[in-house]
Amino acid sequence: MLLAVFADIHANRQAFVACLDYARSRGAEQMVFLGDYVGYGADPEWTVETVMGLVENGALAVRGNHDNAVGTPSESMNAEAQAAMEWTRGRLPAEQRRFLADLPLELWDEDRLYVHSEASNPPRWRYVQNAPDAARSLIATQAHITFCGHIHRPALYSMSSTAKMTSFIPTADVPVQLSGGRQWLAVLGSVGQPRDGDPAAAFAMFDTDSQQISYCRVPYDVEAAAQRIRDNGLPHWLADRLAVGR
Amino acid sequence: MAKHSIQPGAVIDGFTIGECVHSGGMATLWTVTRPDIAAPLLMKVPRVSEGEDPAAIVSFEMEQMILPRLSGPHVPACFAAGDFMRQAYVVIEVIPGTTLYSRLGELPLPCEEAAAIAGKIATALADLHRQNVIHHDIKPSSIMFRPTGEAVLIDFGLSHHNQLPDLLQEEFRIPYGTAPYMAPERLLGVRDDPRSDLFSLGVLLYFFTTGVRPFGESETLRGMRRRLWRDPYPPRKLKADYPPWLQEVVLRCLEIDPVWRYPTASQLAFELAHPDQIKLTGRAERLNRDPISTVWRRRFNGNLTQQRGKSDLAAQLASGPIVTIALDVSEESRELNDALRVTAERILATLPAARLACLNVLKLGRVTIDRTLDEAGNNKHVDRLVALRHWASPLKLDENRLTVHVLEAIDPAAAILEFAEANNVDHIVIGARQSSLRRTLLGSVSAKVAAEAACTVTVVRPPRLASLHEQAPATERPAAAKV
Repeated sequence: MLLAVFADIHANRQAFVACLDYARSRGAEQMVFLGDYVGYGADPEWTVETVMGLVENGALAVRGNHDNAVGTPSESMNAEAQAAMEWTRGRLPAEQRRFLADLPLELWDEDRLYVHSEASNPPRWRYVQNAPDAARSLIATQAHITFCGHIHRPALYSMSSTAKMTSFIPTADVPVQLSGGRQWLAVLGSVGQPRDGDPAAAFAMFDTDSQQISYCRVPYDVEAAAQRIRDNGLPHWLADRLAVGR
Repeated sequence: MAKHSIQPGAVIDGFTIGECVHSGGMATLWTVTRPDIAAPLLMKVPRVSEGEDPAAIVSFEMEQMILPRLSGPHVPACFAAGDFMRQAYVVIEVIPGTTLYSRLGELPLPCEEAAAIAGKIATALADLHRQNVIHHDIKPSSIMFRPTGEAVLIDFGLSHHNQLPDLLQEEFRIPYGTAPYMAPERLLGVRDDPRSDLFSLGVLLYFFTTGVRPFGESETLRGMRRRLWRDPYPPRKLKADYPPWLQEVVLRCLEIDPVWRYPTASQLAFELAHPDQIKLTGRAERLNRDPISTVWRRRFNGNLTQQRGKSDLAAQLASGPIVTIALDVSEESRELNDALRVTAERILATLPAARLACLNVLKLGRVTIDRTLDEAGNNKHVDRLVALRHWASPLKLDENRLTVHVLEAIDPAAAILEFAEANNVDHIVIGARQSSLRRTLLGSVSAKVAAEAACTVTVVRPPRLASLHEQAPATERPAAAKV
């Protein structure tokens, strides 16, 4: 089965639509969402509504820290994120807020684990920045493959049976076989707010039969998404950073 | 996790196991057959039982990731790979014959023969590097030859793929590989520089032409580390009649800092194919190793030991292309040749590791018997070489970036295409002859080259002067839109 895995959509409608189209055109059969549907971007209602619709039809979804912050105002955030969050809170209808609050922090499917930040302590929302961070997550789970997001920069880590780590920055559209006999941590780039210097939207596709993962990059109308942010009175930096992917 | 047992007669994923043809420390090799594949096949199976070296398993994982992605005549074709969760294996084509290891008893080989072998290996490496892979274990036992002559690289267990995770990056606390052939930077943990393979090939060429390994056979880390500061004895010290051009090639491959080696395997193959054009430097005639002061400087304030950024294999290859300029040296082509020089200048200015091969075709008549001398008794071939060098002199290129070639052929386009193919040329720059009687009669050389070349072709025209026809007002042009 061909999975399309999305992380950190952050209410960026233009980027999300581009990725969904790309995934469907390549035959994605199952959608998986790794959280942070809202925050930063200017289309939270549409984004959550779309995800809710897909989940009703069998998609899997977990909760991210921004989704959590919608119902938990104490969640700590930087100033811009805080401003966007307060704006978002006021816009989401109760049904959507309930949907976000009820999402699980992690989900299992066969030998795969889906989680927003990492597996060792999901509610702490730790970032996976390097091989030691990845090792902490991999040691904490039996999953053959853990999929996560949160850091907005794609990476692929593995741990051998003798606990040796490898780290790797994936090349877009070059499939990598996630061989058995070692554990893998696939860190996804962000759909709606890439921070690795490439403004194109990022997600990944995984073929459960061949065990191959492809990191995908999809160009989208960045200016339209940025304009929506400015038009809605959100901090301009949130719009500007989309164009540079930082 | 059901494990199949590998034994004669067993069937795994459609492959029927034949006999065990090799049982090594890391893997066993079995002949296998499958009804739909006619080629003779080998199944390579890693040793994975308890107590085996975990390095063997990781090496096999790496080979299993890389082999199915490779193609072309310089690697064994891969037909299937089995995952570790069931039964790990790869099925590859049988390359008949023996590895280059079987020739160690004949060393030293004649220089020309060894250089031809090294040229074939360099061509194979160029093809491998283009596929984003660095071999990292170039030595006689990983090289075979097809009956048609191409070198085939085998054993990718230590290889690095620029677009795949490097499973070996943290696997070993000491560098893993074959000590006598290992490049110095590998001792510092660098695994992403394709010029490491050129160093190993230099070791092989040194060994095959002198019978002596340049860095001995020391397997200790301390013994291996000496090559970070200590250069080997020049081959001429060991063999007084060693050709200077070959010493130039060998010592350039063995440069301690990769920056001083050939920028690409293609460029090394090019040099070995044109030994008469190799620019001899101080390396060619040396009889002694570097003075002790140089060695100490390297050892105690070495640049090599400094951290460096990650290098991108594809970008590195792209920065050192072989560019061919096809020139007509006759007097009436001056304007076009000036335009070609401008284009060449731009390419060379942006790519400091590029090399330029200037090409001229001495056209032979189909029927007449051509004489080497012209009417005045001058040698046409030599005249053309002089003219090519003259054309290139304003470029002020370092001589090791420039070669000149005069080909004799009936069909100039075919000759240029053949030269490009044989020399792994990355980019052909050619002038378009302006409409002339010759072009009308013979067809355009540049058009044929542009249409049929396997590499990039730039067709250059001299600056265009405005003509009356083009200055006609727009209203008088036939208006296609109105039709």
